[in-house]
Amino acid sequence: MSATTGPVAINTFREAVRDRVLYNLVFFALVMIGAAIFVGQISIGIERLVIVNLGLTAISLFGLVMAIFIGVGLVSKEIEKRTLHSLLAKPIRRWEFLVGKYAGLLLTLTINTAFMTLGLAAALFYVGRPLVRPDVSIVIAIYFILLALALVTALALFFSCFSSPMLSTLFTLAIYITGIFAKDIRDFGDLASSPLLKAFARVVYYLVPNFHNFNAIAAAAHGEGIPFSLVAQNTLYAACYVTLLLLASSAIFSTRDLK
Amino acid sequence: MSAPAIEIIGLTKDYPVGFWRKRMRRSLDSLTLQVEEGEIFGFLGPNGAGKTTTLKLLMGLIFPTAGTARIRGCSIDDVRMHQDIGYLPEQPYFYDYLTARELLDYYARFSSYSAGERRDRVERLLDRVGLASAGNVQLRKYSKGMLQRAGIAQAILHDPKVIFLDEPMSGLDPVGRREVRDIIVDLKKQGRTVFFSTHILSDAEMLCDRVGVLSGGKLQGVGAPGDIVSIEVSAMEILFEARGNRPLPRELMERATAIGGRYRMAVAEAGLYPALAQLESSNARILSVSPVRPTLEDYFLRLVGREETAAPEVEVNSR
Repeated sequence: MSATTGPVAINTFREAVRDRVLYNLVFFALVMIGAAIFVGQISIGIERLVIVNLGLTAISLFGLVMAIFIGVGLVSKEIEKRTLHSLLAKPIRRWEFLVGKYAGLLLTLTINTAFMTLGLAAALFYVGRPLVRPDVSIVIAIYFILLALALVTALALFFSCFSSPMLSTLFTLAIYITGIFAKDIRDFGDLASSPLLKAFARVVYYLVPNFHNFNAIAAAAHGEGIPFSLVAQNTLYAACYVTLLLLASSAIFSTRDLK
Repeated sequence: MSAPAIEIIGLTKDYPVGFWRKRMRRSLDSLTLQVEEGEIFGFLGPNGAGKTTTLKLLMGLIFPTAGTARIRGCSIDDVRMHQDIGYLPEQPYFYDYLTARELLDYYARFSSYSAGERRDRVERLLDRVGLASAGNVQLRKYSKGMLQRAGIAQAILHDPKVIFLDEPMSGLDPVGRREVRDIIVDLKKQGRTVFFSTHILSDAEMLCDRVGVLSGGKLQGVGAPGDIVSIEVSAMEILFEARGNRPLPRELMERATAIGGRYRMAVAEAGLYPALAQLESSNARILSVSPVRPTLEDYFLRLVGREETAAPEVEVNSR
């Protein structure tokens, strides 16, 4: 991280930590994991499956809420409150500011996910289940959740560079939901008789990020192995997508008048 | 020969207005201006004159429609220019979850200081703007005046060569205003260039080597405050009272302003002696005759009045 993006990232993290909404999210995540323990106790023989399923879903959902709602405000809040005016008078380029804000939120999401993971581990420990080799897939599933969150954050940041927080939230959510069903949209297009619909489905499939590939919750819950090739593929895919989104965000934000 | 501290060449800014039918409104019109090293330059004008637009253009917060500017020879598009400048925005708003100490430390991180240097600078600046005892209070609990002081501290934190202050006295009590004036004078003594916008003309008259008056997006005049005042035709003020119970003639009373039993009348320099003769013949007692030097405020108000009646806004490029 450069000398200018680092301080912005740390300040973004500090803001999130001092924001009470963040603590509420963590609190609710812990409640969810508590619920997992409860459900686990009444699900004789399948405690692991239920706890892992519920725990990972909670981590993913709360991460998603944070990524979208904090992500769309990363730039717009600074413009609206005019905190950017004194900051951009310092020797910092606009793209460095954007990358710093992005890195700060990613750091926040990673630390929160880490805390939630500890909660999940505690829940598994509570039901007296020793750690076994297939649990590696839980760690990989969490890593995939983080990759998806990195993508969602980049999308939210991209939209917040040129639209209002409400529209940015809608756009990001729409793309996220479309991305979950990207493969289904492609398959639906293949079945369609209209060449126009076929082409449209293909364009959507290639344009929106494929979030379906980042969902390894079911595999982790069932203790199935996740191939390394998928880990490499998802990492590369997310890295490329995030880079492109950050480049586009920088291009838009670098020419924007800050009134 | 070294480059001027600030060199503005034909800087113009148009803003789109309207929702459906976008039109362009000119906020700043071909501003050309030069400020030398070590000067205190006052940028005067009413609200909406284009002062903040100019400062935002110089800071790179908005982009010019035409023209360019250089700070100490470095283009405003070049990020290195920002190492040499400090900026206090109008009505500054900072990260309110930070304390003043944290805010200054954050901004100091953009100027490659060691941790020790940063700490020393932050403490020195907090002390200088009178916030040392409130350094650990979150900015959300600060008053407007305290925020203004924090803003000035961040603007001069890294010892910039050119300091831009947008309405620096705004929101300050008389003591605070005097402290800011002292800071500005200190900066000049250190050889710094200060460019500040204000509508408090007495501050400009008191501090500035030169002033520029902006109105309707156009520069109306630049010069030493004294030069600008001397452009005006001077007047004479006569203070008089009625002698005994004899009333003064009506035509004289219409030209005068009553102030508790006395009258004040302003006349052009050339009309002084006829007016005195008329007063003498009307049995008035002349208490004093003093020359009226028009203040910068008079000049400013006259300009603004002229501008308002002429063209309040300039519209260009309808599309």
